Amino acid sequence: MTNKEALFNYCLRLGDNNLILGHRLSEWTGRGPMLEEEMALCNIALDLLGQANSFLQYAAKVEAKGRSEDDLAYLRNDREFFNTLLAEHPNGDYAFTIMRQFLMSAFDFYFYDELKKSSDETLAGIAAKAHKEITYHLRHSSNWAERLGDGTEESHSRIQNALDELWRFTAELFEMNEVDGLLLKEKISVDLKSIKPKWEKLVNEVLQRATLKIPVNTFMQRGSRDGKHTEHLGYLLAEMQHLHRTHPGVQW
Amino acid sequence: MSDQGIVWEVFVQKKPGQPFVHCGNVHAHDAELALQNARDLYARRNEGTALWVVPAKYIVASSPEDVGPFFDPANEKIYRHPTFYTVPEGISHM
Repeated sequence: MTNKEALFNYCLRLGDNNLILGHRLSEWTGRGPMLEEEMALCNIALDLLGQANSFLQYAAKVEAKGRSEDDLAYLRNDREFFNTLLAEHPNGDYAFTIMRQFLMSAFDFYFYDELKKSSDETLAGIAAKAHKEITYHLRHSSNWAERLGDGTEESHSRIQNALDELWRFTAELFEMNEVDGLLLKEKISVDLKSIKPKWEKLVNEVLQRATLKIPVNTFMQRGSRDGKHTEHLGYLLAEMQHLHRTHPGVQW
Repeated sequence: MSDQGIVWEVFVQKKPGQPFVHCGNVHAHDAELALQNARDLYARRNEGTALWVVPAKYIVASSPEDVGPFFDPANEKIYRHPTFYTVPEGISHM
């Protein structure tokens, strides 16, 4: 693998993660539990879509094969996507969406804080903008996680179920492969080992306030770094890519 | 979730030092979430740099019937209108 290929893959990883999670959140449009929450989730979805756009645009530039960010978003198959398994998980109930968002935002918060220092100016620039937005996403999702966890018996059990279900996808967030290794040498990528303790500390604090328990001895799922996904991604892509594949090159 | 919380009135301040202006309301179950909802609905496009949220029930309002006695300007009492003073240079927002 060349450094250029590694950078291309890294940009896809970041772009895909935001694109897929953003798409999941946008699925709440018209279905939010209350008007204000629907707005909040749509706003977060738009932030993520903006970040995805920047990363995929840069990926296309790095690849330099004449593909655009739209081609990358709408004309790749599931095996060519590198988003984490956590991001592609279906929404479930509101507690499930909030827990997925909290785990992801807590990771992104520390991740982008580090990526701001990347020796790659484009990545550092996108990260600086993203970090501001994610600070708010984290605030929103951790507030709700606390309130649902420490709320009624029903809200507590729903969000505890979500945590039990999603915890096995968290180890993958910190998985590093050849891509990370190559880019770390040039101080382009983030050393995920360095952000893991920060993430764990924050997650522990919030879950404790929410009176939630982290499941123990969970088998950790992996695969997305190699383009292997859960069965959910195929359905998501079918819906998300439908318009573009039906009308190739369509413009808004 | 049929319980939508209570109604909060939202006030936004354009710039530091300027008055807070009412801009609408939101539903929320507590103050922190009311602030967040207000930010999402009313302060996401550079509308301001500070927000107040107040439970709507704590707003005390005059009633429409009060228009006459309450608000008649007493125009004949010119001493009530501080028009004799000149505003020093450099004072804004008066």
